[in-house]
Amino acid sequence: MSILVGKDTRLVVQGITGRQGAFHAEQMIEYGTQVVAGVTPGKGGEWAVGNTPVFDTVNEAVEATGANTSIIFVPAFAAPDAVIEAADAGIDLIICLTEHIPALDMVKVRAYLDVVGARLIGPNCPGVITPGEAKVGIMAGHIHTPGHVGIVSRSGTLTYEVVYALTARGIGQSTAVGIGGDPIIGTTFIDVLQMFEDDSATEQVVMIGEIGGTDEQKAAEFIAKNMSKPVTAFIAGQTAPPGRRMGHAGAIVSGGEGTAEEKMQVLAEAGARVAKVPDEIADIVAENQ
Amino acid sequence: MNLHEYQSKRIFAQYGIPIPKGEVATTPAEARSVAEKLGGAVVVKSQVLVGGRGKAGGIKLAKNPDEAQARAADILGMNIKGLTVEKVLVDEASNIASEIYLGAVLDRSRRRVVLMASGEGGVEIEEVARTAPDKIITVAVHPFLGLRDYQARILAEGIGLPKEHTSAFIKVAKALYQAFVEQDAGLAEINPLVITGENQLIALDGKMVIDDSALSRHPDLAEMADKSTEDASEQEAKAEGLSYIKLDGEIGCMVNGAGLAMATMDIVKYYGGSPANFLDIGGGASAQKVTAALRIILSDPHVKAVLINIFGGITRCDEVAKGFLEAINTLKVDMPFVIRLVGTNEKEGRAILEEADLQNILTATSLADAAQKAVQAAATQSGKGASA
Repeated sequence: MSILVGKDTRLVVQGITGRQGAFHAEQMIEYGTQVVAGVTPGKGGEWAVGNTPVFDTVNEAVEATGANTSIIFVPAFAAPDAVIEAADAGIDLIICLTEHIPALDMVKVRAYLDVVGARLIGPNCPGVITPGEAKVGIMAGHIHTPGHVGIVSRSGTLTYEVVYALTARGIGQSTAVGIGGDPIIGTTFIDVLQMFEDDSATEQVVMIGEIGGTDEQKAAEFIAKNMSKPVTAFIAGQTAPPGRRMGHAGAIVSGGEGTAEEKMQVLAEAGARVAKVPDEIADIVAENQ
Repeated sequence: MNLHEYQSKRIFAQYGIPIPKGEVATTPAEARSVAEKLGGAVVVKSQVLVGGRGKAGGIKLAKNPDEAQARAADILGMNIKGLTVEKVLVDEASNIASEIYLGAVLDRSRRRVVLMASGEGGVEIEEVARTAPDKIITVAVHPFLGLRDYQARILAEGIGLPKEHTSAFIKVAKALYQAFVEQDAGLAEINPLVITGENQLIALDGKMVIDDSALSRHPDLAEMADKSTEDASEQEAKAEGLSYIKLDGEIGCMVNGAGLAMATMDIVKYYGGSPANFLDIGGGASAQKVTAALRIILSDPHVKAVLINIFGGITRCDEVAKGFLEAINTLKVDMPFVIRLVGTNEKEGRAILEEADLQNILTATSLADAAQKAVQAAATQSGKGASA
C-alpha cells in the first residue's frame, strides 16, 4: 500500500500538448505511471507523447479511458477552470502544479471542491510520487526508492533534497507528497499526516514546512493527539527577514505569527524531532529505523 | 503589491465608501493650492508605504493655505523609516467624534475572506490583537454568498456601535468586501473609520495590498506600483521573472525553488557565513534566466563568493550549466563559485562544467559540503581583500 497514487492510478494530463505538459507526461510514462489520456481543448482526436489519446474535455477522457486522477499543467488564468472541470468529470484526485493562481480564485475553487467532494493537491506543488509504482508530478524519479518513510512538504526542491539524502543511505519512501506553497491549498499537512498514520506501508513521517501561515502549528496539535508513528520535521526560512516575501506567496511572516522559531518550538513540544539543517533529517530518520 | 493611502481611498470611494475631499501634491505650492480649493483646515499627510507615519511627524494639521504650504515643505523630502516622501495627500480636516477599525483580510487557515472590526480605531490591528484580542470581532465570508447584512450587523453590535450608525456601517462593510474581491486584494483596511460630529461615517485612512498573482488582470492597479520601495536589482529581477531579495551578507545564492532557497540561506548561516540574497530562479530556468540571475547577484559589491544549488525536477541541470558558463563568459568574473547540480540531467550538467575546466569553480555533492565550501571561499576572498 501507499497513499494517493500507485499502481491503480489512471492518469489524465490536462495541458498535455504544452511544452511542460508534454515533457513531463513522457517522463511520467517512462517512470511507469499509467498515463491513459491527455486533455487540450481543440486538440481532441490527436495523439500525444507516443500513443496517448487527446480529448477536448476531461469528461470525454474519463468516459473513454476510466481516468481517476488528473494532473494539471495549464497557465494560471485557465487553471481554476481546469480544476473545476476535473472535479465535475468525477475525478477523485486532482493534482495542480500551476504557479501564480490568484488567491481569491482558489478560495472559490476550494469551496466548490468541498461541495463536490474531490481532493486537490496544490496548486504550486511538485506533485505526488509513490516510488516504484507511480509518479504524478515533476520530481526527478530516479532519486526515489521504494520504502517506508512518508514525506509531506510545502516545498518542491527541498523535498528532493531530503529524498536524495534518504535514498543515498538506502532508506526508501512510501509516498512523497508536495502540498504546495500557496496561501490557499487543497490538502494540508493534517490531511496527509492522517493518511500516513492509516497507511500500513508507512512506518515514519518526514514533514517539511516553511515560514508563514499556521498550518505547521495545526499539524503540531494533530501530531500530539493523533500520530503514533515518529515524525521528523524541518522548517525552512530560519534566516528570513520578517515581512519579506520569499518566493512562495504563503511564506509571509506577519505580527509574530508563523516564524520558523515558533513553528520549530511547537513541533518539538508536540513530540516531533526537529532538524536544524536539512542534512540532519536523514540522520534522525535513520535513528528511528 | 502595496497601495498608497490616496490610491486605496480612491478605490474605496469608487465603491461608495465616503472619504474626505482631498488631492495629492508633490510641491509645497501645489499643497497650498489644494488647501485653497478645499477651504478651511486641512491635514497634510505623507504618502509612503510604511506604518507609523504620524509618530514620525509625517502627518500634520494646517489651519489655512499658508500653513498647508509650510507643513508640506516640512514633510516633502522627509525620510520616514528609510523612505523619502515624494507626495503628500492634502485632505480636508474632519470633525472626529469617534474612531473605529474595519478591515478585510484573506485568512489562509479558514480559506475565507474575513472582516474584522474593533472599537479601537487609529491603532494598528496587530497591536490590538496582542493587547486586547477580545476587542476584535470577526466574521468569515463564504465566497458563494458574499458578505451578508447580518454579518455586518454582528460586527457593528460586537464593537458597540451606536444603533443610528448601523445601516451606514453595513453599507461601508459591504462596499469594502466588494472592493476587496473585485480588486483581488489580500488586505483592505479602513483605519480609522470615523464617526464625524455631523454623524457621518468617513474612511479617514486606508490601506490596500493587492495579490501580485492577480495583477495581470488589473493593469490599472499594476500601473500604480510605487517602485521607490524596491531595490533596483529587485526590480530588474522582477522584470526577468526571478524572485530576488537583497540581504546584507557576502555569499550570493542562486537556488531553484523557494523552500530550498530558504534552506540554503539557513545552512550558509549555520556554517558561519551570511547570505547576500534570496534568489529563486524558478522552475524550468533557461540559460538566459540563469545569466540574468548571476548578473543580478554579482551587481551586489558585497558578494565574495557565489553558491549555486540546483536540484533538478522541472529545471534541467544541463540548462543551468550552460547558462552558468554563458554568464561567466559575458560577465568575466574571477570570483569563487561553488556549484552543486543534482537531479534531472545532472550527469550532462556536470560534464558541461568539467569540460569548461575553470579554475574558480568548485563543485559539491551535498548541501552541507556546498555551504561549507562557499563559506570558506568567501572568508579567503575577504582575507585577500584586506591584505591587498
